[in-house]
Amino acid sequence: MSAPETIAEARDALRKGDVTSAELTEGYISAISEAGALGAFVHETPDLAMDMARAADKRISEGDAPDMCGIPLGIKDLFCTQGVASQAASRILDGFTPEYESTVTAKLWRSGAVMLGKLNMDEFAMGSSNETSTYGPAVNPYRRSGDTEALTPGGSSGGSASAVAASLCLAATGTDTGGSIRQPAAFTGITGLKPTYGRVSRWGIIAFASSLDQAGPMTRTVRDSAIMLQAMAGHDASDSTSADIPVPDFEAALTGDIRGKVIGVPREYRMDGIPKEIDTLWQDGVRMLREAGAEIREISLPNTKYALPAYYVIAPAEASSNLARYDGVRFGRRAKSEPGDGILEMYEKTRAEGFGAEVQRRVMVGTYVLSAGFYDAYYNRARKVRALIKHDFDTAFDKGVDAILTPTTPSAAFALGSMADADPVQMYLNDVFTVTVNLAGLPAISVPAGQTEDGLPLGLQLIGRPWDESGLLNTADVLEREAGFVARPERWW
Amino acid sequence: MLDLTHDAPAPKVIQGAKEDWELVIGLEVHAQVASMAKLFSGASTAFGAEPNSNVAFVDAAMPGMLPVINEYCVAQAVRTGLGLKAQINLFSAFDRKNYFYPDQPAGYQISQLYHPIVGEGEVIVDMGPGVARKVRIERIHLEQDAGKSIHDMDPAASFVDLNRAGVALMEIVSRPDIRGPEEAAAYILKLRQIMRYLGTCDGDMQNGNLRADVNVSVCRPGDYEKYRETGDFSHLGTRCEIKNMNSTRFIQQAIEVEARRQIAILEDGGEVVQETRGFDPDRGETRSQRSKEEAHDYRYFPDPDLLPLEIEQGWVDDIAGTLPELPDEKKARFVSGFGMTEYDASVLTAEVENAAYFEEVAVGRDGKLAANWVINELFGRLKKDDDRDIEDSPVSAAQLGQIIDLISKGDISGKIAKDLFEIVWTEGGDPARIVEERGMRQVTDTGAIEAAVDQVIADNPAQVQKAQANPKLAGWFVGQVMKATGGKANPKAVNDIVTAKLGL
Repeated sequence: MSAPETIAEARDALRKGDVTSAELTEGYISAISEAGALGAFVHETPDLAMDMARAADKRISEGDAPDMCGIPLGIKDLFCTQGVASQAASRILDGFTPEYESTVTAKLWRSGAVMLGKLNMDEFAMGSSNETSTYGPAVNPYRRSGDTEALTPGGSSGGSASAVAASLCLAATGTDTGGSIRQPAAFTGITGLKPTYGRVSRWGIIAFASSLDQAGPMTRTVRDSAIMLQAMAGHDASDSTSADIPVPDFEAALTGDIRGKVIGVPREYRMDGIPKEIDTLWQDGVRMLREAGAEIREISLPNTKYALPAYYVIAPAEASSNLARYDGVRFGRRAKSEPGDGILEMYEKTRAEGFGAEVQRRVMVGTYVLSAGFYDAYYNRARKVRALIKHDFDTAFDKGVDAILTPTTPSAAFALGSMADADPVQMYLNDVFTVTVNLAGLPAISVPAGQTEDGLPLGLQLIGRPWDESGLLNTADVLEREAGFVARPERWW
Repeated sequence: MLDLTHDAPAPKVIQGAKEDWELVIGLEVHAQVASMAKLFSGASTAFGAEPNSNVAFVDAAMPGMLPVINEYCVAQAVRTGLGLKAQINLFSAFDRKNYFYPDQPAGYQISQLYHPIVGEGEVIVDMGPGVARKVRIERIHLEQDAGKSIHDMDPAASFVDLNRAGVALMEIVSRPDIRGPEEAAAYILKLRQIMRYLGTCDGDMQNGNLRADVNVSVCRPGDYEKYRETGDFSHLGTRCEIKNMNSTRFIQQAIEVEARRQIAILEDGGEVVQETRGFDPDRGETRSQRSKEEAHDYRYFPDPDLLPLEIEQGWVDDIAGTLPELPDEKKARFVSGFGMTEYDASVLTAEVENAAYFEEVAVGRDGKLAANWVINELFGRLKKDDDRDIEDSPVSAAQLGQIIDLISKGDISGKIAKDLFEIVWTEGGDPARIVEERGMRQVTDTGAIEAAVDQVIADNPAQVQKAQANPKLAGWFVGQVMKATGGKANPKAVNDIVTAKLGL
């Protein structure tokens, strides 16, 4: 038989004994070793992977095999993994090897999953192209047809997206603060789910913006996202913002039936200058869901236009504080001191050489918006906008909307380096359809639903009610089936 | 409830070169919460551990680590608020106070700026019998302590000990109601006393359990009253803040010199600049540390790692139900219940352990006698023995009670009782048995006393003649008889018999 392509297939094959985790893992280790050009993996852990795979095989043979048992995964570099370098793709965390394991990865390992290594990302998850990484960018396995220009896999979870799309692992963890799971998923033709804020523990995940960050699965199919989320989700007493509510059986929710469901289509997302193919994709998505029996309803989310500015106040504000701990005192990189340097010089030099330009920009913006005299004009106003945006969604859901359909991104993957000289705001516009979801704490998923004329993947986003990942996944599963996205990147690496 | 009434003390007046000035003082007291674990981690708070041995990952602000509130510390803050008769806020929230310092690992301190857990309260500060200052409490909030930077271990490097980082503090903020250095010291000691009664702060100032930032300003007589009437701070002078004081003696000195400094500036026609100052006890002066312009911009904002702290009235009520009797009430009860002076009651209630000891001695006995013994004999002996704590007293409350019983029954005299106390102190044992075994029992057998009196009279005919001429000299015979009986004779019986035998 051919190698399993999805978690679901692998699970069944492993249980049947058609394949072992060790065989699967060996195959991925080999694929990773040949895929250096993708820049997806930044720390490889083949020995650890083989040990974990053999342990998983033992569990499977003993009949103790949870769904994720034996499944080889890539882990975003933002997750702290015990004994394995974890540096958020930042120079300032050079050499940092945690003595603890993040709750999410610990849960995955407890369920028997196998770690292949750590994945590239934008530095501290700040970016939409993976270009702010200290390792250099991950590269999209897709290219425009007939073209060899290297494209971004998106960001910040660019390494995760690239690795899953290029079959360097069965699935990967991502984190999403303003779209960092969904945008790369859309750019690489895979599925990416950002759960409801509080569904997944943040403990052990290097913080970017604490009130927005949420980890989620990046997989090849919607079903795989359901399976993997099951293993990642749940209350964690170590994270005060994690919700103490039951975790339903997500895979069981995939009934394939969405008849009577109400799908909202927000008119404010129909923006000027949106490329024709994005708009067409959106219309196709509407048609597919309608044909599957859903009721389509135009809705209004009137405060959408304030979301991006509010996001780019709140996220940098929290980041400026969260990143204060990277000071060279206790861990990571410390700049060389000159004679006569005091503690201030040590901080300044360490942070100047340890943080990249985008991180520095956001730390400065965040420091500015929280400073005396500006707090009310920026931070407090942004918090009010955030409340209004949440209210917009609440109103839609209260009127019976079950999920909201939008494009995931305003464009397909762009060329690496093409934004180098652009105003940073141009890059921030990538998040225009995704940040509202983080501000409102909602679950949302990007499903590959079409391609550009030159063959690049495009994604559609479904936004769900709080805690209704089950309903969201079910709708996404139907959309995936209807869209029938089967493209695979042509191997060039 | 019993209550003592008080007059307000006069404010301290300092005579400047030109005119009189009054002091206005407000305090921010940082009290370490008595708790085994830190405010947001399970690490121990034990004092004196090896450097960096009581540090959880979150205390060191390791990447990805998150704070989780320690419910016990919250209960302790509520308990303290209830003890200060303060408003308990069922909704409070934590904010980040951002600043860089090596002993502040996260680059921010978690505190409560916008929504403190405790609101307005009140403390009665005793300034002598019948005199007390009522000091209004503005708020109490919970916050993390910082670690400790050590700069004197190495000429080229500094070291950081994070054992204290993240330990829970209560910051108790007063209104500017304190009117002199002695009142400031008394206020801190009163807070300490109340918190020790409550068990919410050990109050060990030497170990930094209790530290204070002192805000000092001066004004002309009459201005303070205008402020109190209107609430308008412009009637008061510009204040300076003296940071991080942990001795009531230095606090008093610092207030005095700072007030005199401000007065000199004002009388010279200058202006006091609002700033943070430090007190140098060696030179007896305060020095500028940071002006208002240089003040940190702490960029406070709600901590997104922590949900707002919402507590229930029922939980607060449960805590209220477990509050002990507090110093003011206990003192009032001692005065009315045992008929002792307010002064004695103050002494006995100063430390909760002393009060408890006294009550154990006094129960079912003469309260005044018990008070005398505890204050004069026991406290004196403890002091003499290297200021020993009452918990370590070799004479237990039960033993002291037995000694007092022996006096009351007439078995021993007061003088013998002191000897007995010393024996119990040094050797221990059952007081009644010691009296029996060592023949210390007072001789009340009149036959034996008469024989002794007869002997003394027979031996001293000349003295007999003198005494008969001058009855005041009968005391000499009493003394001789006491001496002859080894002090065990009942002095009153001896006196009666001597008087009779001499025919006085």
